[in-house]
Amino acid sequence: MSDFFGDIVEQDEDTLSGRFLTFIIDRDTFGVEIKHVLEIIGIQPITEVPELPAYAKGIINIRGKIVPVIDLRIKFKKEPVPYDERTCIIIVEIQDVTVGFIVDNIDEVIPIPPEDILPPPDYKTGFYNRYILGIGKVGDSVKLLVDCDKVLAEDELEEIKQINQ
Amino acid sequence: MLDIFFFETNQLLEILEEILLSSEKSNEMSTEDIDEVFRIMHTIKGSSNMMKFNNIASLSHAVEDLFDFIREGHSPGENYSDVFEVLLASLDFIKEEIAKIENGKKADGDEKLLLEGIHDLLAILKETDVVVQPKVEKAVANKSASLKNYVSAGGDQNNTQLQKYCVKVYFEADCMMENIRAFTLVFGLKDICGELYYRPKEIADDNTTTQYIIDNGFDIYLSTDKTYAELKKLFNQALFVQSHTLEAVESFDKEIADLIDSEVTLVETVPESTEAIKQQADGLKAVKQSLISVNINKLDTLMDLIGELIISEAMVTKNPDLKDLPLENFKKSARQMRKLINELQENVMSIRMVPIESVFNKMQRIVRDMGKKLDKQAELIIIGEETEVDKNIIGHLSDPLMHLIRNAMDHGIESVAERQKAGKPPKGRITLRANNTGGNVVITLSDDGKGLDRDKILKKAKDLGLVNNLKLENELSDREIFSYILHPGFSTKSEVTEFSGRGVGMDVVNKNIEKVGGGVYVQSQLGKGMTVNINIPLTLTIIEAMKLSVGRSIYTIPTTLIREFFKAEQKDLVKDPDGNEMIMVRGECYPILRLHKQYNVQTSITDICEGVMVIVEAEGHTLCLLADKLIGDQQIVVKPLPKYLQNFRVAQSGIAGCTILGDGNISLILDIKKIINNER
Repeated sequence: MSDFFGDIVEQDEDTLSGRFLTFIIDRDTFGVEIKHVLEIIGIQPITEVPELPAYAKGIINIRGKIVPVIDLRIKFKKEPVPYDERTCIIIVEIQDVTVGFIVDNIDEVIPIPPEDILPPPDYKTGFYNRYILGIGKVGDSVKLLVDCDKVLAEDELEEIKQINQ
Repeated sequence: MLDIFFFETNQLLEILEEILLSSEKSNEMSTEDIDEVFRIMHTIKGSSNMMKFNNIASLSHAVEDLFDFIREGHSPGENYSDVFEVLLASLDFIKEEIAKIENGKKADGDEKLLLEGIHDLLAILKETDVVVQPKVEKAVANKSASLKNYVSAGGDQNNTQLQKYCVKVYFEADCMMENIRAFTLVFGLKDICGELYYRPKEIADDNTTTQYIIDNGFDIYLSTDKTYAELKKLFNQALFVQSHTLEAVESFDKEIADLIDSEVTLVETVPESTEAIKQQADGLKAVKQSLISVNINKLDTLMDLIGELIISEAMVTKNPDLKDLPLENFKKSARQMRKLINELQENVMSIRMVPIESVFNKMQRIVRDMGKKLDKQAELIIIGEETEVDKNIIGHLSDPLMHLIRNAMDHGIESVAERQKAGKPPKGRITLRANNTGGNVVITLSDDGKGLDRDKILKKAKDLGLVNNLKLENELSDREIFSYILHPGFSTKSEVTEFSGRGVGMDVVNKNIEKVGGGVYVQSQLGKGMTVNINIPLTLTIIEAMKLSVGRSIYTIPTTLIREFFKAEQKDLVKDPDGNEMIMVRGECYPILRLHKQYNVQTSITDICEGVMVIVEAEGHTLCLLADKLIGDQQIVVKPLPKYLQNFRVAQSGIAGCTILGDGNISLILDIKKIINNER
C-alpha cells in the first residue's frame, strides 16, 4: 500500500522536476524549482515579529497556518520598495519548513533542461551568488535559479551560536 | 502492525488490572471476571505469538491455563490472594516487556520464575480441589447443555437468514505455528458467525494439530449473514492465508457430525465463542464504548479548518457590500449557520478530550502495593473519574499524582496501631476527586492521615530564609505557610524525619502542574489529614487571553497572569538614577516595561499617562507593562511559532507563540515569565 503511494509521489516529482517558476526582482529574473512551490498569493497584511533580521518581514496567516515571510529583495541586498498590487508571495516548502518569499512580480512557469543550466559564476562577482544554484538559459534571456536551502540556511544562526559560546 | 499490538495489549492490560484490583478487594472473582481475564490472556497470547514475543506468549499461556482451570468451576477459595499475587506479577512482567519493545529494545525478560510460580499454584489448586470434583463435572455438564441449547436455539431463529459455508484454508508454507494462525482466524470469525465449527478441533492447545493443518488444510464450517463476496474478502485479507476454497452449502450436518456430538473438547473450545456472542448481545454495549484511534494531526487540521470557517463566515455575513441592505431572510439563515458552526467547533474540541479515568485507576495499584509494603491499611476512593481533560494534559498528570499518592501513603496515613490510638478507623482513606469548574478542572487529593505541622514548617521556612521579613509571622495565613512545602528547598531527604517527610518531591509536583498552566495549593489540619488541590486548565491549546494594542501590533497575554489594569498618573512615576522607570501603586513599587520599546514598534503613545498599564505576575515577581490600548479578552488557540523563526532570537525576546484573531490577523502571545526574567 505505502509502496503504491510512494510510486505516485515519485512520478509526480518526475513531472515537476526541471520546471521552474520564474519571478522578477528589480530588473533580474529568478527561478525556483516548481516542486518546492505550494502556492502563490498576493501581498497581504504581515504581522511583525521582534528580533528578526530586516529581510524577515514577519508572519502571515494562510488558512490557519502561520507562515513566516522573507523579502527576497532585501535578502538579495537590493533597495527595498513599497509593496503594490503586483507584489506577490510565493509559498515554498523545503524540508518541512514552510516560508513565503516576497517578490516584485511573478513571471511564468518554464521547463529548463539540465543541459541549459550553467554553474553560477565566480563567488566574488556578485553578492547574491551564494544563493544561486545555477544560471538557466531560456532563448536569449537568463534566469537566476535560486537555491532555497541556502536562502533558509541561516548565517545568522551561526552568528548566534558563536555569541552564545 | 506493531503499533496496533501495543495499543491493544496495553488497553487489555489496563482492563485486566482494573478487574484484578476490584476483585482483590472482595477476595473473590465473579464468573464474568474470570471469563474476562481468560479472554484477555488468550488474546494477548494469540497476538504476542503472532508478533513472536515468545516470553510474553508463554507466560500468558500459563496464566490462561490457570484461569481455564478456575473457570471450570474449581474456585481457588482460600488461595485467591496467591492467584492475585501471581497475576499482578505476570501483568507487570508483560507490561515491562512491552515497554522494552516499544523503546526499540529486545523483549529479553526471563519468564521462567513466574511460570514456575504459576505451575506450582496450579498444582496446589488441583490438589486441594479433589474433593469438589463431582461439582466440577456437573458444571461442565451444565455448560455443555447450555451450549447445545444455545446452538439449537440460534439455529431455529436464524436458519432463514444465515447462509452456511464450508471453507478450506491453506496457510503460507513458512508461517509457522499453523494451529495458532488457525485459532486467530477462528477468533476473528467468531463475531460474525452464528454457528462455527472447525477441524481439527484442538487448535489452541495441541501443537500436533499443526501437521494436520499443513497436510490437509484447515476446515471451517460456519453460518453467517454475510454475503459470499464479503466472506471471500475476509479470507483474502486474513493473515498468512495462502489459499482457500469457499463454497456455500445447504447443510453441513453430515460433515461435522463428529464435531458436534463428540466429547467435551468441543465444550471447552466453543463456550468461549457463545460467551462472546452472548456478551456482545447484552453486556458489551453498556460497558465498552466503541472507540477508534485517530492521528492527532488530523484533529489539528480539522481544528484549523474550523477556525478558518469561522473567519470566512464573518467575512460573508459582515461583508461591506451587504451594508444597509434590507436582508431579513439572509440574516436568518446566517444566524442558523453561525449556530451550526459553533456547535461544530465545540464538538471538534471535545474530540481531544479524554476522561481522566485512566490516570486515576493507575493510582489504585500504587495504594495497594505501598499498603502491602508499608504494612498499612488504606483504601483509595475515586470520584469524578469521568471528568474530561485534554489528551496532552493527561500525560502530565500521571507523575505528580503518583508522587502525591506515595507521599500520602508513606507519610500521611499512619500505621494501624497509631490510627487506633488516635481514635481513627484502622483503614486509612485517600480520596481522589476530579471536578469540572468552568474552564478548569480541579483535582483534589485528600487523606485522613497525620496532616501537616504548621509550626514546624514555619520554623524550617525561616531557617531557609523563605519568610519575607516584611510580613510578621502571625500575619501569614495557613495557606501561605503550607505553600512553603512546594518550595524546592523543602524537598531533601533530611526533612523526612523532621516533618514526616511531606515535601519530598512536592516541588516537582508543583513544577509539573505549572508546566501545564495549573496551580497547586495545600490545606491541612494537624492530626486530621491533608488536602492537595490541583487546578488545571481544560486544555493547553485554548486559553483565555487579553488583547492589547501597541501601534499596529496586537499582543495577547494569558488572563491568569494579569493582576490589574489602570491608567497611570504623573505623580506616581519615579525614575532611579540609572533612568529605569518605576511606578508606585498603593505603596508598592513596580518596574515599568514599555512594550513599544521592547519590541521596537512605532506608536504615537509614548507618554505613560496616555497608555494603559498592565501589572503582570509570574513566579512571584511582578512587572508593569505599558501598552497603547486594551482591546478585550478572547479565548484563543495557541499556535507555536513557525519552525523557520526558531532560527532567530524570537522566543528569547519573550514571544511564546501566536494566535489567529477573529478577523484573520495574527497576534503574538507574550511569554510573561520570560519577559520578567529578562528584566531581572
